[in-house]
Amino acid sequence: MVGIVAYGAYVPRLRLQRQAVYDANKWFAAGLRGLAKGERSMANWDEDSITMAVEASRDCLTSHKPEDVRSLYFASTTHPFKDRQNAGVIGTALSIEQDLFASDVGGSQKAGTSALIAGLNASKNGGGPALVAAADKRMARVASSNELNYGDGAAALLCGTENVIAKLVGHHSVSMDFVDHFRGDESDFDYGWEERWIRDEGYSKIVPPAVKAALAACKLTGADITHFIMPSLMPAVPKQMAKICGIGDGSVRDLLGANLGDTGAAHALVMLVDALEAAKEGDRIMVVAFGQGVDVLVFEVTAENAKLPKRKGLSGWLKRRKEETNYMKFLAFNEMLPIEKGMRAEFDKKTALSVLWRKRDMIYGLVGGKCKVCGTVQFPRSQVCVNPNCHAVDSQEPYRMAGLEANVMSFTADSLTYSPDPPAYYGMITFPEGGRFMADFTDSDKEQVKVGVKMRMTFRIRDNDTMRGGFKRYFWKAAPV
Amino acid sequence: MARGIKDKVAILGMGCSKFGERWDSGAEELMLEAYKECIADAGIDAKQLNAAWFSTAIDEVHVGKSGIPLSTTLRLPNIPVTHVENMCASGTEAFRGACYAVASGAADFALALGVEKLKDTGYGGLPGGRGGPLQALWHANGTAPGNFAQLATAYMTAHGVSGEDLKRAIGHVSWKSHQNGAKNPKAHLQKAVEMDTILKAPMIASPLGLFDCCGVSDGAAAAIVTTPEIAKSLGKHNIVSVKALQLSVSNGSESGHNSWDGSYFHTTRIASKKAYEEAGIKDPRAEVSMFEVHDCFSVTELVTMEDLHISETGKGWKDVLDGFYDADGKIPCQIDGGLKCFGHPIGASGLRMLYEMYLQFQGRAGARQLKDPKIGMTHNLGGAPRENVSSVAIVGRFE
Repeated sequence: MVGIVAYGAYVPRLRLQRQAVYDANKWFAAGLRGLAKGERSMANWDEDSITMAVEASRDCLTSHKPEDVRSLYFASTTHPFKDRQNAGVIGTALSIEQDLFASDVGGSQKAGTSALIAGLNASKNGGGPALVAAADKRMARVASSNELNYGDGAAALLCGTENVIAKLVGHHSVSMDFVDHFRGDESDFDYGWEERWIRDEGYSKIVPPAVKAALAACKLTGADITHFIMPSLMPAVPKQMAKICGIGDGSVRDLLGANLGDTGAAHALVMLVDALEAAKEGDRIMVVAFGQGVDVLVFEVTAENAKLPKRKGLSGWLKRRKEETNYMKFLAFNEMLPIEKGMRAEFDKKTALSVLWRKRDMIYGLVGGKCKVCGTVQFPRSQVCVNPNCHAVDSQEPYRMAGLEANVMSFTADSLTYSPDPPAYYGMITFPEGGRFMADFTDSDKEQVKVGVKMRMTFRIRDNDTMRGGFKRYFWKAAPV
Repeated sequence: MARGIKDKVAILGMGCSKFGERWDSGAEELMLEAYKECIADAGIDAKQLNAAWFSTAIDEVHVGKSGIPLSTTLRLPNIPVTHVENMCASGTEAFRGACYAVASGAADFALALGVEKLKDTGYGGLPGGRGGPLQALWHANGTAPGNFAQLATAYMTAHGVSGEDLKRAIGHVSWKSHQNGAKNPKAHLQKAVEMDTILKAPMIASPLGLFDCCGVSDGAAAAIVTTPEIAKSLGKHNIVSVKALQLSVSNGSESGHNSWDGSYFHTTRIASKKAYEEAGIKDPRAEVSMFEVHDCFSVTELVTMEDLHISETGKGWKDVLDGFYDADGKIPCQIDGGLKCFGHPIGASGLRMLYEMYLQFQGRAGARQLKDPKIGMTHNLGGAPRENVSSVAIVGRFE
């Protein structure tokens, strides 16, 4: 029996208030008034689809060992790299490299479900656990409905055959080049066709036959579906599709528009995590993702779901929130504003790729060292032990510190150094197990950062080398717990 | 402890350029300004120099590498010129090289010259990002104010000092230096500043405000050293000799081992202890007449006075508020105005401090002249509290 064995999610902390966006843009686009309610998630300047996928994967692996993962799929339409495997960055960040098949899946809003199908297929018949991560951070034009409807976020699902929490009952896909919208190679933004046409010629003609085919293959009827998941920017459409397919109106899952927004290729999986958090044994979950065709998956929740060790999950990350009413900040974070950064922003961010390769466990995995002689944990790992009473040579074993909590020993809010979100918070963090380093802080503000507070390590963008086409430097930062 | 160089080396002459935003000068003009005064003061000919040490720290923004810039600018007689860099201790390092050459007998006359031309970068503050390609991948993207601000937060935590008390104490450090600097025609900032202005200044890196930070300036300073015997033979009086030169460099324990609490300079405690030993000083609080310490930030000076074993640990802020280090206090500190008023042309600062000591011992300090100083101590701190180079020099009358 193959299915989902664990889930996780991630939502950035900032929630952009839609009213604030509307207030700034209503002079130009008064028609957006109907969307000016609730909030959408907004990635911090140092987050992208890779960093969000790493966080969701860590959440998912709360209950499982990363090193057991045999395949890793990363679905997104906003992979930070066109040529450099994005999934591989996630794997290294999770300290999984050996015996790992990794693949990026993209190009469509159904990339998340396509990756999930691939992951399920990979892990059946002894293929071992497959991690499916999906994240999107889509750009939208100023004063567009997409700007209000989209959200940034990620989900991760671990597929496997042991202690399955939701077994795969069946799946069905169709693929056809129905272009409801597209994002060409030369644009950061989506270009969409008329909604009424998408509804009548797209959803209405493509989704019901696929759903019915999936139900038939699973020997189920619409009435058997407890949770119907179908992302759409048109909130009425999932209900219409459910009705056509005989699925009860009460089964249609909330689109999470009020406080998250549509997270693109990740959204079907984000909604699946939302459903799994609430689902009971025996519930049947149908996931439908639309995008140049349709993927349909049907799961049945098992008794194991209630036993899954607690994690933050979608609800936990949604609860961690800070309201953002500064629309200019949203534009600046998304490089939509030619803001004066000053000369300190001009320092060359060139990365020595040979150094990055040599030190990738340190940089991407936050792997330090533990001295075999005196037991001192230290970061970075070095050849001579840092303990002044030890100084043993070649005595350290790799020691992963990404999952450890640290305390703030000293910190500052620096208004001089360049930061896209000044002042820059950074400080000396110490790990109770041993080890310390001068870390950049993120998701921090004056109210939270104090000497002695607990910090959690989080994988973030450190710099963006725009001189060389946008090579993102990733490293771990400390965020208030 | 090694034998040391106490009284083996004398300062024959010194020079110091006007410090400031020297839009009129490049590093070369600044070097010559300091050198011309220095060689005239020494009363020897350039041909008599046997060796030279040249200090700059951020040479990539002005002169470039090697000893060549000094040799060509001064047209030195093809003698050995060694370029030294040890962050903010660079100037003292140049002096140390010259002194050791004389003490060893390898040179009769040695020149130490430090310069830094920082105001050709186009922005305020020091240029950043020189930690190499690995550090660029992980270390916090900080600035000097941000690093030293953390000394303040850690000091408050370690000693239970309130934010208001510390802010007043470090404010007094800057207030006192501005009072002194107002009397120094070579200082960059020659204005006394009201306490209220200091306390209400904009924040640079909390809790350090604008007046808690030293300026960024251009400048150069130089010394020619010889032996006390040669100095005497040249007819010199009021001879100033070197009593001790010590340096301590972090080995990573503060930045990497949890035994350090961030509230003090581990290296300064070591360097100063060794220096007192080399100079034969038993009770520094009673014996030292004046200090020029590395007040890159007001809090650095406050904590340094504890680590130099003058103020009790955790009580330095009280000494400061009591006026212990004021010009009319028990031991004046930064009588020339300090980095606060001179700014910090990195390669020059250590030599600039020695220049003030030299003037004071010779009775040539004008409006700032102290009464009968006997022992003076200079101190530089390069890097950050967690990882640094700390240098200490003790000079005094040659009895």
